Amino acid sequence: MNLNRRTKMIVFVGVIFAVLAAVYLAGLFISDDFIAADFSQKGLKPSWEHPFGTDMLGRDMLARTMKGLSVSIIVGTVASTVSAVIALIVGVAAASGVSWLDHFVNWMIDLVMGIPHTVLLILISFACGKGLKGVLIGVAITHWTGLARIIRSEVLQIRSQQYIEVSRKLGHSSRWITVHHILPHMVPQFLIGLILMFPHAIMHESSLTFLGFGLPPEQPAIGIILSESMQYLSAGMWWLAFFPGLMLVIIVLLFDRLGENLKKIMDPYSAHE
Amino acid sequence: MQIEGKNISFRYHERMPWILKDVSISIEEGERVGLVGPSGYGKSTLMRILSGYLEPQEGSVRLDGKPLPKKGISPVQLIYQHPEKAINPRWKMKKVLEESGMFREEVMEALGIERDWLNRYPRELSGGELQRFCVARSLFQGTHFLFADEMSTMLDVITQAQIWNLMLKEVKERRLGLLMVTHNAELAKKVCTRIINLKEINHIGENGNGAG
Repeated sequence: MNLNRRTKMIVFVGVIFAVLAAVYLAGLFISDDFIAADFSQKGLKPSWEHPFGTDMLGRDMLARTMKGLSVSIIVGTVASTVSAVIALIVGVAAASGVSWLDHFVNWMIDLVMGIPHTVLLILISFACGKGLKGVLIGVAITHWTGLARIIRSEVLQIRSQQYIEVSRKLGHSSRWITVHHILPHMVPQFLIGLILMFPHAIMHESSLTFLGFGLPPEQPAIGIILSESMQYLSAGMWWLAFFPGLMLVIIVLLFDRLGENLKKIMDPYSAHE
Repeated sequence: MQIEGKNISFRYHERMPWILKDVSISIEEGERVGLVGPSGYGKSTLMRILSGYLEPQEGSVRLDGKPLPKKGISPVQLIYQHPEKAINPRWKMKKVLEESGMFREEVMEALGIERDWLNRYPRELSGGELQRFCVARSLFQGTHFLFADEMSTMLDVITQAQIWNLMLKEVKERRLGLLMVTHNAELAKKVCTRIINLKEINHIGENGNGAG
């Protein structure tokens, strides 16, 4: 088959997307029976029956990992979507030409970026009552800064274009110009920023949970699995940490690839070639 | 209608030298004026001031004795040198015409805009073809003055002639006021009813206020 690079890229992106969707759905539809405690099966090494082994309560690690990843993907999706929307609103507002607003937004960005990320996450998650809600809020309101900066400078650059000046002289209002001229230009930045935020969100969710400030212990989250496994690592039960950790890294890398490839596809200067 | 720049002075920054000093210029509707002068002398700046894109530090621009409208549709429209910069690269050409409400048969025909260009993106058209859209876009009912800032400089001779012929026809029919900047003296002679040399109306270099 003779495909050009663009088509290959689109197929590649489609495959990645399908894998991620499959992991999410698998986690969603695995029944809780599979992760029920079974003390006759406890602490088994990886085998054909239990590819990822079992833990000290005899739960199948493959099922737990899948369920954990599913939770991570939901947290990642919601948190980074909220974050990206905040970034879009804040970025466009900062570049609207109102000087005090721009200063305020930049100050906010510096403030959020200036505090060590994990500390801020822990504080917010803790203040919001931990659990899924705390993690979601914490991750959502700490990840918008980078994208907001990019969008702000993008909007500033577009605003100085001649076609914006012309549009104004043709009698169009600021709002009309924002909706028709500026926002369409932000679509690629927004989508790519959103997808590249996924890995961060997932990692931070896991680390928060690992540290005990995130999801509750009964939830099958990757962070929980990893922090539990720490107790048994010295007993030689390496599979408890290895497989879930590896899967997390793979999912994060897949999201990263997805974003990078979408960037190539949506690059405005190659879009119509 | 008459557009008038009164004692216009302009510089880009307080510590920069004046670019324009005490420039007065006036154009009547139906008049075709050529603005000539050396490169970097402020021709484009003057044009941007007269069409309301820039605010002069001193002096004022008046349309029939009233200040230029700041909001809403401007009766003074500027056509740029680089059409590819003056058109949103993400818009199809049809939308470009719709933006100014000029998606109309007669205008498209008058300017030689072909139907199948309308569904293309700007990068899929040549400079001359794009410039036709810029002209068409500016020719709506409320336009009284057209300012052309080296509008045809980047185009080949044949396209230049085509665009100017079409443009002149429209300008004459609708008795628009035209102000054009060009380095092409022959073109200016052919198109204009009056030629202004910016050097003669710009008072920089007098009273120690000049450049340098």
